[in-house]
Amino acid sequence: MLDPERLRADFPILSRRVNDRPLIYLDNGASAQKPRVVIEAVNRAYEHEYANVHRGLHYLSNLATEKYEAVRGIVARFLGVADERQIVLNSGATEGINMVAYGWGAENLRPGDEIVLSVMEHHANIVPWHFLRERMGVRLKWVEVDALGALDPQRVIDAIGPDTRLVAITHLSNVLGSVVDVKTIAEGARARGVPVLVDGSQGAVHMPVNIDDLGCDFYVITGHKLYGPSGSGAIFIRHERMAEMRPFMGGGDMIREVTREAVSYADPPMKFEAGTPGIVQAIGLGAALEYLMELGMENIAAREAALRDYARQRLGGLNWLNIQGDAPGKAAIFSFTIEGAGHPHDISTVLDKRGIAVRAGHHCAQPLMAHLGLNATCRASFALYNTTEEVDALVDALELCHELFG
Amino acid sequence: MASEAFEEIAETFDFLDDWEDRYRHVIDLGKAMAPLEEALRVPATRVEGCASQVWIVPEIEGEGADAVFSFRGDSDALIVRGLIAILRALYCGLPLSEVPAVDAHAELARLGLDEHLSAQRSNGLRAMVERIRALARQAAPTAG
Repeated sequence: MLDPERLRADFPILSRRVNDRPLIYLDNGASAQKPRVVIEAVNRAYEHEYANVHRGLHYLSNLATEKYEAVRGIVARFLGVADERQIVLNSGATEGINMVAYGWGAENLRPGDEIVLSVMEHHANIVPWHFLRERMGVRLKWVEVDALGALDPQRVIDAIGPDTRLVAITHLSNVLGSVVDVKTIAEGARARGVPVLVDGSQGAVHMPVNIDDLGCDFYVITGHKLYGPSGSGAIFIRHERMAEMRPFMGGGDMIREVTREAVSYADPPMKFEAGTPGIVQAIGLGAALEYLMELGMENIAAREAALRDYARQRLGGLNWLNIQGDAPGKAAIFSFTIEGAGHPHDISTVLDKRGIAVRAGHHCAQPLMAHLGLNATCRASFALYNTTEEVDALVDALELCHELFG
Repeated sequence: MASEAFEEIAETFDFLDDWEDRYRHVIDLGKAMAPLEEALRVPATRVEGCASQVWIVPEIEGEGADAVFSFRGDSDALIVRGLIAILRALYCGLPLSEVPAVDAHAELARLGLDEHLSAQRSNGLRAMVERIRALARQAAPTAG
């Protein structure tokens, strides 16, 4: 079992105070804090290893290119991908999904074609598909979740019709914490010849991911939620899908030859990485993923499951707290409102005074909020470094909210 | 010098040194304020830039140099309701021409609530103050 004290010591920011209280950071679903190894990797890159990549023949350019390209291999290892040429480095899940929408969707879909998605998607996995709806008349087909917030994979498979060209689904809901059985969905979709995109923004943070096992076609991750730098990320794109894609952005680095009349492209994955990339961000992402793999994603998942059980039991004891989502095997993400009183913004303001950071709002998931019949919730989302004592502090602060607003 | 109603609130805040009691008082002020009727909670009265929903309705009495400013407001968040009640104490009953010149930041700093006025705070107190100033300017008989 991972030792929480040692884990916490790896994250410098966790020792700071907020509003005269020790920081209790429970907004990890929005962005995670960074371990020292990531901060040091970023500093080292700028201090000793920095130049542009894939261009110069000089020492530093070679060094930076080696460091940057090594990250592709690290991401592949982290996601269980055998061939790292299926990994495109980018700025995060939003860029990844937009790349698929423009580069693959706009190229392969026709008016009237359908994209199947769940009602609990993050806007990053909704709005790019709305773009295709607006531009080309693609239709969005929504699959509901049940009363506990669980998504039955069979309902997703059953939603696949003759016009369905893509299933775009989250691996783990950022609001409800529900884990989606994407392996079963991918199997069902593959049998019907339909590719599957998985939004791993949250999923890859909280459980081991093996894409060879999952069998999806696209899998996006976001570095800043994975304890890495903001502006870092990656997407896995299966070779067959890459072959069907046009580059989303054009520029330097992604070409073989450019003339006045024509352009030919570099081989994938370079074909999909136009311009100078986030070199140092990627190096920081590599350090973050190495850190996670060293701890072991299984161990992280086990530790977070223990935190979830404890939080579920403590929060469940507050009979005036309405928790949204209680799917079996859910992650340590709790969205809630206080019965009868207290706007989520009121609650988060009081929690902030106690040094507790949570998110209040619609969590970039308005279709889900509409499904739940809510405008907003508070969300406490846990990470590998949170503790049961922090759960207790959250419960105490919520009791104060109940007293103040009730 | 602020209004009597605001001075009263400021005096009460002087006795409250811990934030819990100050927030408790803000919330109580909000609870004591009459709610805005549903018919007035419309897009035209809605203040954009607030994380919660906020509505402000101006009520101006008298004309010309004698015009007196007041407003009613509401929010679906209790702390914000309380902040609206405090802004009412600060602004209501002032001559229309004096409204834009009120230093809301300085006055709220006296209550230890000025942190709510920073630009990035999403509770929208800043947006409310701007709306109040704009409403007063619009209602003024002549510019300048």
